[in-house]
Formats: sequence, structure tokens, C-alpha cells
Amino acid sequence: MSEKVLLVDDEQDFLDAMATRMKDRGMDVSTTTSAAEALKKVEEGAYDAVVLDLMMPEMDGLEVLKAMKEKRPELQIILLTGYATVQKGVEAMKFGAMDFIEKPADLKALTEKIHQASSQKMVLVEKKIQEKIKRMIQEKGW
Amino acid sequence: MSGNWEILGETGLRFFGKMSASISHEIKNVMAIINENAGLLEDFTVMAEKGMPIDPQRLKTRAAMIMKQIRRGDEIIRGMNRFAHSVDEPLQQVDLSDTLSLVVALSSRFAFMRGVTLELEPPSTQVPIITNPFFLQNLIWLCLDFAMGSTGAGKAVVLKAEKTERGAKIQFSKLQDLGRREAESFPGERETALLQALKAGLVIRKELGEMHLTFPAQAER
Repeated sequence: MSEKVLLVDDEQDFLDAMATRMKDRGMDVSTTTSAAEALKKVEEGAYDAVVLDLMMPEMDGLEVLKAMKEKRPELQIILLTGYATVQKGVEAMKFGAMDFIEKPADLKALTEKIHQASSQKMVLVEKKIQEKIKRMIQEKGW
Repeated sequence: MSGNWEILGETGLRFFGKMSASISHEIKNVMAIINENAGLLEDFTVMAEKGMPIDPQRLKTRAAMIMKQIRRGDEIIRGMNRFAHSVDEPLQQVDLSDTLSLVVALSSRFAFMRGVTLELEPPSTQVPIITNPFFLQNLIWLCLDFAMGSTGAGKAVVLKAEKTERGAKIQFSKLQDLGRREAESFPGERETALLQALKAGLVIRKELGEMHLTFPAQAER
């Protein structure tokens, strides 16, 4: 099954090249240069992973991360940035980012992280379903 | 050149750091795009090795993309070099419109992040003044930073450098929110120290949504 990935970056040329390479590797990729549109897309579609630029116009990348996690707690978000600082990395992890990668990114490493994100999300979703079933059984007294 | 060196030194370092960080971020973005396009070219060669046909147009597009980013990178580095050399001499003859366009270029990412458009009006003539180029850039940036927060819904700043009887001036206009920001202490101590060091003046005309920075033809040594 191909991973469904959302790429968010303010550089259209970067998105075009990165998305082409990821599609060639069998991934189902959507892109956007807008933080607001990214939030809308996350609300509408179930992505296995979001690759998010930390420096976005309109909204700070960490704010976008926080808003995405509030909408979809199971979402696996990999932050991509031009300048990685330990402080930003720690903050990102605190807000629930799965990983933090510095630009220019190594596609092989990023692809591995996306596979990992997909498996982690699956575990979280399965756990959620199990809890739901457990709750139903308890409520119905089966 | 007299001045409060403690404030000027700290303000200058902060300005240098802020601009250097922004420039390095821009260069990283350029490199990231080149990296992805070079990666795509590599992918195409792998496909060709496996006997898959390659559309020459795809190769052309990627090569054009790389060349576009190299031109962009060259522009950024050229600006960075001019900015770095602005500390070489305490007094130099500069073209104010040229310095203004450099500061606008250095600030373009900050403007983009705030959703503000910077509109630079071309000067009718050269605007030469003798001044401290680094302090001048620092003062223009601080005023531009304030101006970007004063655009209101218009989200644009129009900038123009021109000659005056006694020297030169920079006009910042379309600042719809200047009145609302009146309560804020602007110019603050950093701007005041730079204005004093450059013997420059600042006039805020909130009814017109304009800010004028005036400079003498020659600042004192």
C-alpha cells in the first residue's frame, strides 16, 4: 500500500521536485505552500505523514504543528527546516513532531522516516479502534 | 562620528546576526531545491540504465530549474557580500537609493513571512550622501520593521529615496496603521542612537500614513 503524504513548504519549486521524486517512489503525494490550506487538507484527508517546513508565512511552523496535532492526534509530522537548532528541535518534539530534518534533506532518509511514520500511525489507529471496541463491550455489558 | 557606542554596538550586532541568519536560511532553501532537482536527474539516469525512455523535455525543465536557483543564490550572495563590506569604512559615499534597495532585498524574506509587499519606487536620479553605510542600513531596517507592522489591511509599504535641498530622504508610505501604533515608543532608544550618529531626522506623519527619514549630504566624521 502506498503512503499518503502531505508536503508543506513555502517554496513551490522545492515542492514540485520533491513531490515528483516521492511519486516516482510510489507514494501518494499532495502539496501546498499555504499553512491554512495544509490545515484544511489534514482535516479532510487521512495522511500517513506530513512533511512540514518550520518557516511558513501566515503561521509559524510550530503553530501549524500544534494545530494539526489538535485536529488529528494520530498524525505523524516530520519537520523540515533550513536551520535546525537544538532548541527548535526540542520544542517541535514537545509539540508532538515525529522527527526533525534539516534541509537539504536526504530523500532516502526521509523516505525511511515516512515508512516509519506510516507504521506508527497504523499502531495508533489500531490502538484507538481496540479501545473503542473495549469501551463498547463494557457499555453494552457483553 | 559621535554616538552612544554601547547601544550602537549592541543594535549593530543584533542587526548583523538577524540578516546573516536570514541570508543563510535563504541559501539553504536554494540548496534544497538544487538538491532535489539534481536528485531527479539522478533518478532519470537510473531509469535510463534500466532501459526506460527519458523525455528530453523533463531533463531540460530540471536543468532550467537548477540554473534559476543558481542565479537566485548568486543574487543572495552578492547582497550578502555588499552587506558584509558595509563595515569596512566608517564614512563612505553611498547612493541612498542603492542602499535602500539592498536593505529591501535583505528584508524580503521577513516581509514575505509577514505577508507584506515591499514596493520600491525607482529614483529619478542618483542620491549620493556621505555617511556610515552600516549604521544607515541598520536605521533603514529598524524603520522598515516598524513600517511593516503599520500597514494595516493594505499589507504594503511603498519606499522611495530622493534628493532634498540639504541632502536626501527616504519616504515610507501606505502605512495605514501609523495612528494605532502611536502609543508605542517609536523611535526607541536604538533608533534614536542611530539617528544621532547619522545626524539624521525622522518625521512621522500619521495623517498621511507616511514616515520620512532625512539625511544630511555629509555626516560628520
